Amino acid sequence: MATAFGSQLTELKNTTGERWRDLSPMRKREARIGLMFIAPWMIGVLFFSLAPFLVSFFLSFTKYNIVEPPTWVGTKNYIEIFTADPLFWKSLGNTAIYVVGSVTIRIFLGFGLALLLNLKVRFLGLWRTLFYIPSVVPLVALSIVWLYLLNGRVGLLNWFLSFFGIERIRWMTSPDYAMIGLLIMSTTWVGVTMVIFLAGLQGIPEDYYDAAKIDGANVFQRLWRITIPLMTPTIYLNVLINIINAFQVFTQVFIMTNGTGDPRDATRVYVLHIFDHAFQYLPPEMGYSSALAWILFMIIFVFTAIIVASSRRWVFYQN
Amino acid sequence: MATLQTKTPSQDYRQDVFMPKLTKIVGRALIYLLLVALSLWFIAPLGWMFLTSFMPLEQVGVFPPELIPRQWQPENYSEALKFWDFGTTLRNTVFITVVSLIGHVGSSTIVAYGFARFRFPFRDALFLLLLATLMLPFAVLLIPVYIAYNEIGWVNTFWPLIAPAYFGQAFYIFICRQFFLGIPQDLIDAAKIDGAGEFTIFTRLMIPLAKPAIIVIAILSFQSSWNDFLGPLIYLKNDSLHTLAIGLYKFQGLPGQGGIYNQQMAASIMMVLPVLIVFFIFQKQFIQGANISGLKG
Repeated sequence: MATAFGSQLTELKNTTGERWRDLSPMRKREARIGLMFIAPWMIGVLFFSLAPFLVSFFLSFTKYNIVEPPTWVGTKNYIEIFTADPLFWKSLGNTAIYVVGSVTIRIFLGFGLALLLNLKVRFLGLWRTLFYIPSVVPLVALSIVWLYLLNGRVGLLNWFLSFFGIERIRWMTSPDYAMIGLLIMSTTWVGVTMVIFLAGLQGIPEDYYDAAKIDGANVFQRLWRITIPLMTPTIYLNVLINIINAFQVFTQVFIMTNGTGDPRDATRVYVLHIFDHAFQYLPPEMGYSSALAWILFMIIFVFTAIIVASSRRWVFYQN
Repeated sequence: MATLQTKTPSQDYRQDVFMPKLTKIVGRALIYLLLVALSLWFIAPLGWMFLTSFMPLEQVGVFPPELIPRQWQPENYSEALKFWDFGTTLRNTVFITVVSLIGHVGSSTIVAYGFARFRFPFRDALFLLLLATLMLPFAVLLIPVYIAYNEIGWVNTFWPLIAPAYFGQAFYIFICRQFFLGIPQDLIDAAKIDGAGEFTIFTRLMIPLAKPAIIVIAILSFQSSWNDFLGPLIYLKNDSLHTLAIGLYKFQGLPGQGGIYNQQMAASIMMVLPVLIVFFIFQKQFIQGANISGLKG
């Protein structure tokens, strides 16, 4: 996706700046057929993306409970969010912890697993499948089984930790550990990231390593000087995808806490806060919730922009 | 590449000779040991779900846990079904999944072909817009879209969950377009010489050739509908409309279900099984689906 942006731009240059009336009749016919093909998406993007996007921005300056028409309140929602909503800061903090924690886990664990599988091990397909399986299990089912695995009294995780002399921890019912519980659970989906890394590793020409070996480079030098530089486009992509996704974590938290963000709001993540105002509170606060959503959009936008801008400094493309 | 510390090839060779074979064997053994340990970590949730689903109730609350059921108890499955109209939720889920899948595959291939094979003004700008929509957080769109559906009376119907599929999905369009771009222009020119029109070329030539991409889209679409939680949670209020995901969530939250893990796990297995079967049949395509996002650009 992200690596695509660069190449896409150059590839598509050929239609830039063309105007309809300058086209030959042949080209006009071609253009008409092309537009017919993309018509479904044009309608879709208008109604399901662009219009909602703008409406959401408008709503964020209103008070709206769905039953009565929205009333304009200016920046009141935003002021209230920043000055009078402690749960906003709490949920933002929780989400920040989740983003930093889960993205770090995904990148390092995903890369580590891919490196391991790239050591020319036997039964590569089998190991890859085993690591990947939890990624296809529906999130609802996974959340329910993790609730059991993380159970403080009878959970499997505590049993596993007891071999290392660790006392039983009440993961999801203690405010200090609930977020760590979610982060441990987030290792479950490392498979997708791993698969993308592995494909990247398999694309590195063997010659580079052979040449380095002849020059006497050891394993760590080869990793640091060959593998990692050549993998930066893949790392970039994975960081971007995982950050955007992690900011929007919702389903597992909702299921595991019955939509409460308990214990004591320790797992109240940002999207849950948005969801609460729009769909759980009575009367619904669609305007306030839209303002919250727009703040999330701005945060994700800024992070994406920073990563994309910084990529010029640390991402190396071979060609 | 940066400069590497140089060692002469002969030194390297000597090292190989003196390196005892044993170290190599131990190294390999450690790698496989690590692989087994990691596999256990990843397989544990699913394995534990399966084992627990057959355990008697008194066994699920013991610590340290016992891994093997004292007696295999398939009744857990029938017991779980008593609290939950599995037939209805399954039927609803299959319906939504199949109808969305047809829509996703149909609309996404059509749109992708338009982007891949025709030149028209603003095409590149529109395609960038398409890529940009991939970055939009769902939370921003959720509320206005919900309000719109509410206005036209679509809340509490399947429409909000299936209608969008018929207008193309950005990521699927992206996948398919990449595939179409790889098909040689000569094939199309040959078909044109034979007198085929644009739509014949698309349906008779392009669609069969794009089968690998279509399978990937179909799998991603199946997964997203089958696993979807938020959509059904917001839009389907009546019990008779619930999907498996909602049914499972509600079942787990029923009063008296706290701690009845064996039945919860049995219910979970019932939801997971179809996905696992599809995964094992189309394993290669699942992996491709995960990959395409990264590499085809």
